Amino acid sequence: MNTQVNQRWQLPEGMDELLPEQAHAVERLRRSIFDLHVSWGYQPVQPPLVEFVDSLLSTAGKDFDRHTFKVADPKSGRMLGIRADMTPQVARIDAHQLGGQGISRLFYMGTVVRAYSDSSDRSRSPIQLGAELFGHQGIASDAEIIRLMLTTLGHVGLRDIHLDLGHVGIFRTLAQRLDLSAADQSALFDLLQRKAESDIAALAGSLGIGERDRDILCSLCSLNGDVTVLERAEQVLGGYGDGMLAAIATLRSIGEALASLPGNTTVHYDLAELRGYHYHSGIVFAAYVPKIGSEIARGGRYDGIGQEFGRSRPATGYSTDLKTLLRVIDAPQELAIQHVILAPDDPSPTLQAAVAKLRASGEIVITDIDGNQQRHYRRVLREQGGNWLVEKL
Amino acid sequence: MAETLAIALTKGRILTDTLPLLLAAGIAPAEDATTTRKLQVGTNVPDTSLLLVRASDVPAYVEYGGADIGVTGKDVLLEHNGNGLYEPLDLGIGRCRLVLAGKEGVDPYAKKGLRVATKYPEVTRRYFASRGQQVEIIKLYGSMELAPLVGMADVIVDIMETGSTLKANGLLVLDEIADVSARLIVNKASMKMKHDTIHALIANIKNALLEKAI
Repeated sequence: MNTQVNQRWQLPEGMDELLPEQAHAVERLRRSIFDLHVSWGYQPVQPPLVEFVDSLLSTAGKDFDRHTFKVADPKSGRMLGIRADMTPQVARIDAHQLGGQGISRLFYMGTVVRAYSDSSDRSRSPIQLGAELFGHQGIASDAEIIRLMLTTLGHVGLRDIHLDLGHVGIFRTLAQRLDLSAADQSALFDLLQRKAESDIAALAGSLGIGERDRDILCSLCSLNGDVTVLERAEQVLGGYGDGMLAAIATLRSIGEALASLPGNTTVHYDLAELRGYHYHSGIVFAAYVPKIGSEIARGGRYDGIGQEFGRSRPATGYSTDLKTLLRVIDAPQELAIQHVILAPDDPSPTLQAAVAKLRASGEIVITDIDGNQQRHYRRVLREQGGNWLVEKL
Repeated sequence: MAETLAIALTKGRILTDTLPLLLAAGIAPAEDATTTRKLQVGTNVPDTSLLLVRASDVPAYVEYGGADIGVTGKDVLLEHNGNGLYEPLDLGIGRCRLVLAGKEGVDPYAKKGLRVATKYPEVTRRYFASRGQQVEIIKLYGSMELAPLVGMADVIVDIMETGSTLKANGLLVLDEIADVSARLIVNKASMKMKHDTIHALIANIKNALLEKAI
């Protein structure tokens, strides 16, 4: 077998392409989501696909280092990175290019490329969609972003969404109080992400952490569920000072601000959830839907971003992947081609005018260039008494 | 729509030792799960089923949402190295140790280009990397003990229950890498979406384990 020829069709793992049906569906999603964000007062930005690695991997982007494809730029002699996430780019745009003092609301959609997939569909080329709100620190902006995320998910047809809320301040305060080294903190972080209670107890033991603190670390694993979790958290974690109480209070206020959510949305709290821990600074959240084994949208607060670009700004935002949404909504994709009107290949000005008019009204008109297409379509343009009319076959 | 629950288990030790724990949580298979040839077995609880899969496949089933819950060894989880799972319970079943073993007189940390035969390449790579040592790993699927005997590898990384297989083949434990026992693992989304059901299940199993310990 000549493998050289036979495998040219192959794509790198996780680099997928969209065929006409899917491409059409994604584009339809993209357009309606675009309009939705515009109606919320968000402005679109289109950052470049490639940037200097230094800017892509600023504080906000550090978590993406491993995920970023890097190439040398022959022109500048510097290292370039292909974006693995657009959030740091949008933060750079807000901090440096726009420069306003007030609130700025931005959204973006574009392909990002990841060296390693972290989604359940193993895609390394998601079409990232997200919105960021810069310049406001407080519950109101977090609540707005969460509502926008939920509205977007509802808009594309998702129901029974589960919203999971957490706060990175809880683990940060604990780690500070326990005075853990960076390596121990990262080991503990890893175990907490897996809610591996017995391993946490073992690690705490080996680090010489006292029994009381050890029990509290273990109890973090089960501090998840409905709003009653927050009361339990206040009792269990209250002794760790104002920072801890403030984090719990923030979660409570966000929950209250989201009291009336559309659809059948449930809100849960998970105090051990730390997604994006390294650059997030406040609440973190994720959305889940039934039957899908992983989160479909996520976000959180990341104040102080933009400092490296000259301006420290409070920020909060969410992101999701259009390809994941398409897979999850699983809507029957209507083939636009079924509604085609076939027009004869004829330069007649009256025909051309009729075709242009139909196309302008939203119809799809195909010219029968080989004169043999009638059997494929249900409607044709025919001349009757000098007028071109659509006839059913 | 009724809430479904799928539990991935492995035939053998894990299955026989997990069934009493599930029973304590009120779940009993509709037929003898240890002998059936079916891969999906119903239970007395509506919409709750057991999936019988290979031990090394349990994390994949749970991570991808094919199962909500699974039981598998810590050795498999260490090798899987995924982040899409919760491991809330140590079931204390199938206790053994993951060890580095070799013939007497072998110093694994002194030799350059050490050859290690193992079923656990990821665990082995991480273990030696943490010591700053570059090693050559030979992935095998069983009977690791043979590799040092025929000179194919210097040492092995494998699980050891009693140590009798090592001893019978003239190998000694050179270091203990990890304690292994079976863990209850849960899909992250299921833990959130089926919160009440799964929390109740975990609490019941936890109680059963505590009673067993007393």
